[in-house]
Amino acid sequence: MKKKNFAALFLAGAMCFGFLAGCGGDTGSASDPVDSSQEVSDGGSQASGSGTAGGTFQIGFIGPLTGNNASYGTSALQGAQIAVNEINALGGDIQFEISFQDDVSDAETAVNAYNTLMDGGMQMLIGPVTTGPAISVAAETYADRVFAVTPSASSLDVIDGKDNYFQICFTDPNQGISAATYLSETLPDATVAVIYNNGDSYSTGIYEAFAEEYTALGGEIVYTGTFTEDSQTDFSVQLTGAQNAGADLIFAPIYYTPASVILTQGDAMGYDFTLFGCDGMDGILGVEGFDTSLAEGMLLLTPFSADLEENATFVDAYQEAYGSIPTQFAADGYDCVYTLYTALQQAGCTSDMTAEEICDAVIPVMTQIQVDGMTGVLSWAATGEVTKDFDVYVVENGAYVVA
Amino acid sequence: MVFLQYLISGISIGSIYAIIALGYTMVYGIAKMLNFAHGDVIMVGGYISFCTTSYLGLPGWVSVVFAVAVCTVLGVVIEGLAYRPLRQAGSLAVLITAIGVSYLLQNAAQLIWGATPKNFTSLVNFAVPEFLSRLNVSGVMLVTVVACIVIMLGLTWFTSRTKLGKAMRACSEDRGAAQLMGINVNRTISMTFAIGSALAAIAGVLLCSYSPVLQPTTGSMPGIKAFTAAVFGGIGSIPGAFLGGVLLGIIEAMARAYLSTNLANSIVFAVLIIVLLVRPAGLLGKYVPEKV
Amino acid sequence: MKKQTKPASVKKPDGTLKRYFKNMKTATKVDYATYLGVILAFAVVMACQSAGLLNRQVTGMLVPICCYICMAVSLNLTVGILGELSLGHAGFMSVGAFSGIVASMSLGFTGAGDVVRLVAAIAIGAVVAAIAGVIVGVPVLRLRGDYLAIVTLAFGEIIKELINCLLVGFDENGLHIRFNYDGNSVMGDLGLTENGVEIIKGAQGAAGNEKLSTFVAGFVLVMITLIVVLNLVRSRTGRAVMAIRDNRIAAESVGINVTKYKLTAFVVSAALAGAAGGLYGLNFSSLASTTFDFNASILVLVYVVLGGLGNIWGSIVATVVLYALPEALRGFDDLRMLVYAIVLILVMLATHNERLRALLAKVLPRRKGAAVHG
Repeated sequence: MKKKNFAALFLAGAMCFGFLAGCGGDTGSASDPVDSSQEVSDGGSQASGSGTAGGTFQIGFIGPLTGNNASYGTSALQGAQIAVNEINALGGDIQFEISFQDDVSDAETAVNAYNTLMDGGMQMLIGPVTTGPAISVAAETYADRVFAVTPSASSLDVIDGKDNYFQICFTDPNQGISAATYLSETLPDATVAVIYNNGDSYSTGIYEAFAEEYTALGGEIVYTGTFTEDSQTDFSVQLTGAQNAGADLIFAPIYYTPASVILTQGDAMGYDFTLFGCDGMDGILGVEGFDTSLAEGMLLLTPFSADLEENATFVDAYQEAYGSIPTQFAADGYDCVYTLYTALQQAGCTSDMTAEEICDAVIPVMTQIQVDGMTGVLSWAATGEVTKDFDVYVVENGAYVVA
Repeated sequence: MVFLQYLISGISIGSIYAIIALGYTMVYGIAKMLNFAHGDVIMVGGYISFCTTSYLGLPGWVSVVFAVAVCTVLGVVIEGLAYRPLRQAGSLAVLITAIGVSYLLQNAAQLIWGATPKNFTSLVNFAVPEFLSRLNVSGVMLVTVVACIVIMLGLTWFTSRTKLGKAMRACSEDRGAAQLMGINVNRTISMTFAIGSALAAIAGVLLCSYSPVLQPTTGSMPGIKAFTAAVFGGIGSIPGAFLGGVLLGIIEAMARAYLSTNLANSIVFAVLIIVLLVRPAGLLGKYVPEKV
Repeated sequence: MKKQTKPASVKKPDGTLKRYFKNMKTATKVDYATYLGVILAFAVVMACQSAGLLNRQVTGMLVPICCYICMAVSLNLTVGILGELSLGHAGFMSVGAFSGIVASMSLGFTGAGDVVRLVAAIAIGAVVAAIAGVIVGVPVLRLRGDYLAIVTLAFGEIIKELINCLLVGFDENGLHIRFNYDGNSVMGDLGLTENGVEIIKGAQGAAGNEKLSTFVAGFVLVMITLIVVLNLVRSRTGRAVMAIRDNRIAAESVGINVTKYKLTAFVVSAALAGAAGGLYGLNFSSLASTTFDFNASILVLVYVVLGGLGNIWGSIVATVVLYALPEALRGFDDLRMLVYAIVLILVMLATHNERLRALLAKVLPRRKGAAVHG
């Protein structure tokens, strides 16, 4: 009885506080969300509804900065930050100010994050980084007419029916088909097994397209193993299965974290195979403590390589700022900012335009522009799909070499 | 042959579950609380070991000692600060606090070590004999299984023979009566947490040697699996935790190999449910009939 | 509930109302206060919204908050009233959400109106979740204590994996369902016609669902949940359920059918969670089964425990505060979830530690008669 009384009182107090903060704060001009986004952002200039006079565009960024997928979101954000710094250092007409919000890779939190950014006066959006949240937020941006690009949400559902949402990364089917074509043309003798994450839309999306195309091209997948986020610590069963099926090449359209487990456990088992991954695999060589000799001979289908000469400026700047080699996520984040930059320039937007005006001005130019970014030369179809080149790299002496 | 390979991989991952489950079961048996932060102590153990080997360049066994020391202290501190003040409160209040501690450890780890995963270099890298390596047995697997059995036997001996162990059993039977007999209940519970956390550190090192990815969420899923294993074997029972862990690993491996990779976890949980329906206190758990 | 509270005479209009309240049980008063509070809060929010005082952050949280209130109130029925710890409540929400989406998208294919689709989603979500509740409840409720808790956790995980294997589409020929247990089926195997809509794509979840949920619908659902739960608790069934919670053997010995009442409470709780799921699913244009994992169940449990076991209005308040907390902490940036964890631990310590409570009670003046029930 006493306990209940007290708890009740405490919560009642908390509720009053919550209500005051929720309702009352909004009546004033300096409401909570605006404050918080100012703290987060670099410049700290007044973030009002429609940009500021100094030529600074307010960009929002949404991605997982905590939780299981935090490393992907953090990389993309850091890449974007490098690009923003570069552009601001140029001192041109277009200046950016980036505010970021965490979505824990969850659709609900992502929509909350999006709303917070909108309150903060965001004019354009980068993100979300992962597919599920991106689908939900894309629908919101479409309804609000906010222009957005995503660094790495690669499902077709993300851009489906939305004219304002563009991808920087390949779509999943695109990657799966490319991988299948490459395999059947270049390595026709390989015995192929697949291991993919069936709890993840990126991985499943690539797998489905790959399986269909590869079988159509006359190839045979001798073993298919799946895993989920809950079971990505142990691949011994899948590896044993692949080994006994006689596979000498494992196609794994997965992120680099589980891939490093596959390589280590395969090595411990004494199973010799070639791992073939997609763009999510990039970054495996940069994992702290990873024995790169395990990845020797690994094949990788990716538009970005940190070892290429022309990417050196970005790689150096990134390494100086964050002390690690940028992954494909970072490169995509970087390209997002330059895409916005090029599009804004082309459309002749000024920072005093509203998000809606920018959106309407930028959409038509997206199909005309070309961005020479870290992940190749990017151009877009009106659907939001990107066209860019990718290469198959092979890991030799701990570095990517074009295969 | 293939069956044997699956069986072996099941036993080795099961042994890791078993070590974690032993820690769970100790704490549950004595403190009567579900310590959901146990999995995160494993993660801390892994990180400490990683730091000592990678940054300080110390040999593997030193890093294990170091990890055990840090985790033991951490366990005692968590117990003293977060759980002890709630000793008189309901078990649900403690459960929620444990979840809070779990969030706290995960997020603190992310702040300290960053979100990017680290690759743990296996501390065990001796070559196994030819006949074993043909069965895909690696050094880590051998060490894990041996460590698991040693720990289980050691704990059984400890709780049945030593004074402190007997005090623990007394606390687990009847806390009030134990106190009346002059046992310092708070200290005994602290000691239990110390032992449980030390085991978690060892489990962390072995887990990361077996599966090298180390990130702030590394411990949570093995933690839940081990919790399942502890219940499976009969929570509070030391041989039960061992049996539960190993069986869970085997069932998981077999389900994934022969039934459906998509539904492996479901099959594990379904077996658990069936076992609990037949034996409501787990495989080796003591069924206490209700007194009227 | 009405019987005891009806005034003896209704003839004198001036004295009636006073006596009506005087004769009313405290529990009933609290119930009415709960209804009133929810309606007031709704009115205030609506007024603020129409006056343009609410920013997007708050507006966006309204529907999820309503869903979680339903979740918390329904879980309170299991944990607080029935006294069984459930760690898999999000599983029922998941069942409700996905069946709701299937209902809504199938109806959308046939060209039904938005309101019809929303109501159908919530209703079908509730029905399917109730069926799941029966399937889960029959074995689960034979167990007790922590064993029951782990089995509910297990069912939650099983539901998550089963939905990961589900492929569902709809076309002129009706519903196509395929269970992808070996991971080798793709959406193409459903054999949808060209006009068909893909609804659930296994692990990729549902995408492209229209956002139909509104705050008004959320409010109505919260009210329905409250009416169902409070009436159940104050009814003969509710008293039986609480008797079982307090002493199962004693309850059994006076002839209460333990299994029946336990199952009733559990299934009602599951159905309400399913309804909340139906509303939740239609609030986002993508939905993945991983949203409803173990952590989601724990989250709702935290709302219930902090609100007070068996305390319905406590659950509501705790949900609002705790849901808004991580969002309000966005200013903390990196430290957001760390601060959330610390606040959680401190609140638990402050509300459940004897010494701290005594200290706080001295500082804060105490109100009489609040939250008496439960």
